[in-house]
Amino acid sequence: MSEQVQNVMSVRNLSKVFKSGVFKPKYTVAVQDVSFDIKPGTIISLIGESGSGKTTIGKLILKLIKPSSGKIYYKGKDIEEIRNKDELKEYYKKVQGIFQDPFATFNPLYRVDRIFDMIYDSFGYDKSNKEERIHQVLQDVNLVPERTLGKFPHQLSGGQLQRLLIARALLMDVDVLIADELISMLDASTRIGVLNLLVELTEKKGMSVIFITHDLNLGYYISDESLIMYKGRLVESGDTKKIYESPVHPYTKMLFNSVPEIGKRWDPEEEFLPEQVIKDVEEFYKENAGKGFAAAGENHYVLYSID
Amino acid sequence: MNETILEIKNLKAYYKILKGEVKAVDDISLEIRRGEILGLAGESGCGKSTLASTLISRKPPLHYISGEVKLLGQDIMNMSKEEFQKMRLKNISIIPQYALDAFSPTKKIRTFIADLVSEHGIKPDEEFFEKVKERLDFVNLDHSVLDRYPMELSGGMKQRVIMVISTILDPEFIIADEITSALDVSSQRFVATLLARLRDEGIIGSVLFITHDLSILYQIAERIMVMYAGHFVEIGPTDEIIGNPCHPYTKALISSLPRVGIQYKDKKLSGIKGTPPSLLNIGEGCRFRFRCPYAAGECEETPQREKINDGHYIACWRWQEIGSDSNE
Repeated sequence: MSEQVQNVMSVRNLSKVFKSGVFKPKYTVAVQDVSFDIKPGTIISLIGESGSGKTTIGKLILKLIKPSSGKIYYKGKDIEEIRNKDELKEYYKKVQGIFQDPFATFNPLYRVDRIFDMIYDSFGYDKSNKEERIHQVLQDVNLVPERTLGKFPHQLSGGQLQRLLIARALLMDVDVLIADELISMLDASTRIGVLNLLVELTEKKGMSVIFITHDLNLGYYISDESLIMYKGRLVESGDTKKIYESPVHPYTKMLFNSVPEIGKRWDPEEEFLPEQVIKDVEEFYKENAGKGFAAAGENHYVLYSID
Repeated sequence: MNETILEIKNLKAYYKILKGEVKAVDDISLEIRRGEILGLAGESGCGKSTLASTLISRKPPLHYISGEVKLLGQDIMNMSKEEFQKMRLKNISIIPQYALDAFSPTKKIRTFIADLVSEHGIKPDEEFFEKVKERLDFVNLDHSVLDRYPMELSGGMKQRVIMVISTILDPEFIIADEITSALDVSSQRFVATLLARLRDEGIIGSVLFITHDLSILYQIAERIMVMYAGHFVEIGPTDEIIGNPCHPYTKALISSLPRVGIQYKDKKLSGIKGTPPSLLNIGEGCRFRFRCPYAAGECEETPQREKINDGHYIACWRWQEIGSDSNE
């Protein structure tokens, strides 16, 4: 138990199976047997391509969906036990998510100031310095309060809305922020500012961030630890530098091999096929049969086989 | 061979709305040579997609204002719709942004392709589909995709189908608008290299590759042009633009790119403060001056295109003074 208290969040053997269809139901395993810990004040990247299960993990932590099996602990407390409205509200004061599509998040009929009002009303914060704090968080995310507050969501750009989402989370003073592809809609020149902001917040306020992304360069830039997901499973995890410098799992290798990077060109001779990785992974599991999820070095773990 | 396929001279295209004019493409000149991939980079709202729409179809409120566009020597700005339609797919083709969402969910891929090409006056007969199958092989897709519904295909597979359709008549010039941005990294690499391979094989002629992602352009483009807020910023050979950018905007853009090997803990990258200006009724002057650390009085006037060396051009009054001063 002590181990789980130290971590702000602990995920143990988490699985999620989606069922679709009524008469001939089809089962999709979105997340399978995933375990990891998040220490306070750190940023952990959850890296994977579409369908890898990374967003599902975010949703499970946010209690938007229920796990099929496995446990999630927030400061040692099983979040499944959070059931009544008040407890849930307390949980959401501390654990918040921001998602990729900012257009879908905001009510198009509400002006920005009303969105902030709603946080104050529904979570019952002290309103004495409300205006000042709202202005502060907006400036923190590089938005001009006077030009933002009176506007409707459609009058703001995608990037501005995204920053508004972060401002909203900042206002709430959260412990764990789940940032799902948070900056993939932002431009290169503005997203670095948002990333720096996230790191500063973890350093200053001790907030932890689960940074869900498909962009390896961004993951490397901000995270202390990384989790690589492939088809619902955690295939490699641990110290970011170690994973990036010496990837072991064939899927991780393929990812690093395909990321476009300035200063390093793709090998034009190499026949690159995204589909090839399926076979490579199968072979890798066969070769390493029986090893399971094991250490490849200090704070570096690899899924060697699925037996 | 340096034959020019597309020549754009001082092109202006504005969105005319009730409040005035949005100057999204303002005085843009460029030429695309036969067989080259020219990358067009810039952030959202810089006018890169508007430039593509100006070339292909100007739908209100987008209006062509002035300037010249010659495709294979023919003035396509003042051409009738019918005449231009004849050039579509054969001479000029576009892979539009969000093409992935253009599939009809109730049509099988085969029907979708057939309907689409018949609109362009091509008969979707056996022979046609033989060619489609050949191309499917080229993009490493199984022929069975033709009998599948769009929802059965992944994003990367759909993008490959789109590429097959848009290149089916071996166009001499193709505009690829953000074709990699909605894809996974592994598919990004595949699709981007595929475009280069199609060009290498002579299936397509030249490419205008529009993207916000400079690191992809670094992989496949021979030259890169950068736009900012509707204005021309800088153009030059890829290695020069990436390795020796001269415009303060290009410099800032490149130095803000995270790459493997750079961690926040070791080196803090800096972005560009502020946001691009609104292009509505925007006046004279360098449009980057509001965010530029080097802005001075002279920047109130619109900078003229200036030559740095052969093939490397810039629009900045102060590039020589700024010199190698890096933004980092």
